[in-house]
Amino acid sequence: MRFVQAERFDDWRETARELLCAEVPPAEVHWSAESDSLLFADELAPAAPKTIHVPPQFVALAKDVAFHRDSRRWEILYRLLWRLTHGERQLLEISTDDDVHAATQMQKAVKRDEHKMHAFVRFRRVLEGENESYVAWHRPDHLIVRLAAPFFARRFSAMQWSILTPDESVHWDGHELRYSPGVPATMAPQQDALDELWRTYYAHIFNPARVNVAQMKKEMPVRHWATLPEAQLIPELIAQAESRVRTMIDTREGFATSAQQFIPAQYDLSSLAAAAHNCTACDLHCHATQTVFGRGPATARIVLVGEQPGNQEDQQGQPFVGPAGQLLEETLTQAGLQRSELYLTNVVKHFKFILRGKRRLHQKPGSREIAACQPWLAAELKVLQPELLVCLGSTAAQAIFGRGFRLTSDRGKLITTQFAPRTLATWHPAAILRMTNEIRQQEMREQLVRDLTISAAMLA
Amino acid sequence: MEVRDKLAILADAAKYDASCASSGAKQTRAGSKLGTTEGMGICHSYTPDGRCVSLLKILLTNFCIYDCQYCVNRVSSDTPRARFTVDEVVSLTIEFYKRNYIEGLFLSSGIIQNSDYTMEQLIAVAKTLRTQQAFGGYIHLKTIPNASPLLLTEAGRWADRLSVNIELPTAGDLLQLAPEKKREQITDAMQGIAETITETKSEEQAGLHPPRFAPAGQSTQMIVGATDSPDADILQTATELYDKHQLRRVYYSAYSPIPHADARLPGKSPPLVREHRLYQADWLMRYYGFDTQELIVSPDRNLSLELDPKLAWALANRQQFPIDVNRAPRELLLRVPGFGVRNVEKMLSVRRHHQLRTEDLRKLRVAWNRARAFVITADHNPALADLDKLDLARRTQPRQRQLLLFEAAESARSGEV
Repeated sequence: MRFVQAERFDDWRETARELLCAEVPPAEVHWSAESDSLLFADELAPAAPKTIHVPPQFVALAKDVAFHRDSRRWEILYRLLWRLTHGERQLLEISTDDDVHAATQMQKAVKRDEHKMHAFVRFRRVLEGENESYVAWHRPDHLIVRLAAPFFARRFSAMQWSILTPDESVHWDGHELRYSPGVPATMAPQQDALDELWRTYYAHIFNPARVNVAQMKKEMPVRHWATLPEAQLIPELIAQAESRVRTMIDTREGFATSAQQFIPAQYDLSSLAAAAHNCTACDLHCHATQTVFGRGPATARIVLVGEQPGNQEDQQGQPFVGPAGQLLEETLTQAGLQRSELYLTNVVKHFKFILRGKRRLHQKPGSREIAACQPWLAAELKVLQPELLVCLGSTAAQAIFGRGFRLTSDRGKLITTQFAPRTLATWHPAAILRMTNEIRQQEMREQLVRDLTISAAMLA
Repeated sequence: MEVRDKLAILADAAKYDASCASSGAKQTRAGSKLGTTEGMGICHSYTPDGRCVSLLKILLTNFCIYDCQYCVNRVSSDTPRARFTVDEVVSLTIEFYKRNYIEGLFLSSGIIQNSDYTMEQLIAVAKTLRTQQAFGGYIHLKTIPNASPLLLTEAGRWADRLSVNIELPTAGDLLQLAPEKKREQITDAMQGIAETITETKSEEQAGLHPPRFAPAGQSTQMIVGATDSPDADILQTATELYDKHQLRRVYYSAYSPIPHADARLPGKSPPLVREHRLYQADWLMRYYGFDTQELIVSPDRNLSLELDPKLAWALANRQQFPIDVNRAPRELLLRVPGFGVRNVEKMLSVRRHHQLRTEDLRKLRVAWNRARAFVITADHNPALADLDKLDLARRTQPRQRQLLLFEAAESARSGEV
């Protein structure tokens, strides 16, 4: 029996070549890694050197297997080498052969470990005076530091970095790789300011409706979690997933309806109003007294659209009959318009409110309610074909012009839309009533009258 | 708004994009100081949904003027909104990259102002990363529908991969759910990109040095289950995309319920299994020589949810079996359920030296459960007797339950799918 040792591929190659030249069969060789502290190593009697030819795939395979932690790697490689050079030249093609299988399994483990090291190393920034460097601690399964390091040198070529592992560490200064002994995890920095931001991203890119923990653990083995800043969130994310999905289901957020399905195939204003009475497209109908549909002659040339009915409108079933309605009527008169000639309606046809004691306080409708109710307004406008459409307030304006519309900058401008050749947006009378600054209130009121006057003149 | 809050909103908004691949760009850009692309992408992390985190996948903004009914960011949705500045995205990408959290950036956006303006913003991010930061990592830009061809050319110069979303399987579906997007505009944009890629390649082969153009090619995404279109239509569309527009990948994304969806959307989501089956079928078409017509065996023109498409095909075509693993050509071996492309390559190599026996196949780690009833090996294979049995489907597979999205609550608790 011969006792030999090898730490890295080059050691093994040299020794294996000598053994092969001396025609020492695998069964007579005991291989050990250097760290096994061999008591004595055999000196081989120098044999006549000869050239050894092996398939190039074998060299590639052996180089990878050399990084495996298993101490049997050297003997398996030597056995393969022996068989390749003793009549089994095609051996590597037989992947089901025990030695080939063992070696390729080792190669696979090493390649996978290398890939995981490329993936799971997490650098942390270290500032020493002016000098910035990045340090990571990682625990690979195999002895792959020298295999994996060149990748980091290419990728982070302009950075100074170190990767520390229990077996060996590697350092890059921007020019060359330097290796040093392994260190424990405590030698590495534990924090980076960016970790928190990274965790934010990780938590939000996760879709709780598709939980698959087994798949995650398969690809990201738990033994690596300790060095991954994001992994500390995993238990919490899994624990919350159920309730997050349940909330989504309970509130049935996913499947809202729209008024489209309540609109009759053939319609005029009165049949629309009748149909709207039974609309349940959004939840507002549950609490409101009744649907408040638009009012006015079918021949109206001007249509005014507000936001939604208020408390009094809700009780009386008519639009613009409360305080805002009174103000609107005053301003219409000032502008020289007759309310009876106009068609008045709202974007949302039900009153939305919250209860404060016995008072029902107005609440702005959400875009979901606006979207659900929108088909009613579209149908009304289709029947009426107005020459002028006036949007009162930003909710109405955004429903007609789109979310980007800003009342403060575009109020009073005449614009052509799909609904009417002339469309303009102005203040909602309720907004004027709510304004606490009296000077501003007066100004808004004058603007409303002016906008209505201009529009009235357009039609004259 | 703090960057962290924006990141939360804009990552949330991006998570319905299935694509996360960072592969395909063969060479790192010359002159790069930070970052490489060496062909194979790396998954730097995995979330508890089992999906890989490779790129920083975010939207530049989730404000959008469009109203596509299946999309959480459509104009009529109540979702919270945010917008990154170009510099914020650049700095996030660089800082994340330096810590080895990511392979690069996947940037998409809602449409603000108009298509061209939005596309210009996306390009500005990529260009800044390349020119000011000398960033050599992976960049995937989602192109904006209807953006001008000149802008797409500019985008391809800085990005490794471009994608145009086909969105829905048929032109009719698109009309129904995303009226602002037109099938033709989408395919025209793909065609434009495909042509520029081909042009760039032929110039490179001629020894010229054209500016880089999307070296990792283009991909697309299709939402599955938002309309009634059967799998046959979906796979037909995918085939056209692969053949006509030379796409690298078609991603299928099971329609996920979103806040405030429209009434035109279905009342329940498709099983996640359906998405999985489509990917399997896609793979079979690209690497196993199957065509769409063969894979659809059921009268409703959908793939089976219980059986994987290859097994379903084999069960419907039993007259073609058993196949002798020691004699059959490559194309036939690829059709055996449970055999993968690599298994087959190894079998072909091993059988030149000795006859394949059952134990050889097990060592090659084929899915023996599925394969055993369909193959003749050099030794006695008792399972071959099952080939003519009516309940072969049951025998080849453990009972599998379909996972519906709404059952995911249970799955989330147990961690099982």
